Amino acid sequence: MPLLGALLAGTLFGLGLSVSGMSDPLRVIGFLDVTGAWDPTLLFVMGGALLVTWLGFRWVLQRPAPLFANSFAVPTLQALDRRLLLGSVLFGVGWGLAGFCPGPAVTALAAGVPDVLVFLAAMLAGMWCEAKLASLR
Amino acid sequence: MTFSLSAALAGLAGGALIGAAAVTLMLLNGRIAGISGIAGGALLAEPGERLWRLVFLAGLVVGGLLYRLVAGDFPLHLQAGWPQLLVAGLLVGFGTRMGSGCTSGHGICGIARGSQRSLVATVTFIGTAMLTVWLLRQLGGS
Repeated sequence: MPLLGALLAGTLFGLGLSVSGMSDPLRVIGFLDVTGAWDPTLLFVMGGALLVTWLGFRWVLQRPAPLFANSFAVPTLQALDRRLLLGSVLFGVGWGLAGFCPGPAVTALAAGVPDVLVFLAAMLAGMWCEAKLASLR
Repeated sequence: MTFSLSAALAGLAGGALIGAAAVTLMLLNGRIAGISGIAGGALLAEPGERLWRLVFLAGLVVGGLLYRLVAGDFPLHLQAGWPQLLVAGLLVGFGTRMGSGCTSGHGICGIARGSQRSLVATVTFIGTAMLTVWLLRQLGGS
């Protein structure tokens, strides 16, 4: 059953990214390019997503447990540490360079363009490097 | 691609679908729909924790393919060549793991939970991305 939950949620998520236009880097760069022909679409996407998620989480997290698992896995970290800030800066630079963040890049595989694989392979390599480096500390 | 009323409405509708996906994953599996965490876990988590993540990622592609089937087209205008995509991918992968999240995990799920960490992360990566695009424009790049 958890696999069904993952498939359903993943499909909805991919559909949402496609419908919203966020799977196209042109729209994302249009939002990030504040001194150019600014495209505010991403704000509408964030607004719609935040409203539904906020309302939905308020309802779901009051329940004793999820339907297909024993407990909710929700982050508990509170500290604003250097890893959070430096990681977000590095992510932001990469996001600005390509107009791809992880979800849209995976969804964009649907276009069947090999360049997307270059980005995804590099992204996985970056994740692997971070894990190796973190395990050395 | 210019902004229009239809782009705003499609953005709202697509955003609501993304929210519905995040709520679905929390209601059914009790998990945060953070794509960088799910992708990283699909690669690095202990074996028993990988399959649902791979299935979720496959769902993302299925969602894209469904859209392509219905709309007849999947618009994709790449903004960078291979070398730039490579560097960007490395930074996105490394940075999202180090910072524990991306646009979905921090930007949507985290902010919706009222997490201060997620709000700070989101403001930081949006600001840095805007600065990066501005710098690229100054250099005359794409």
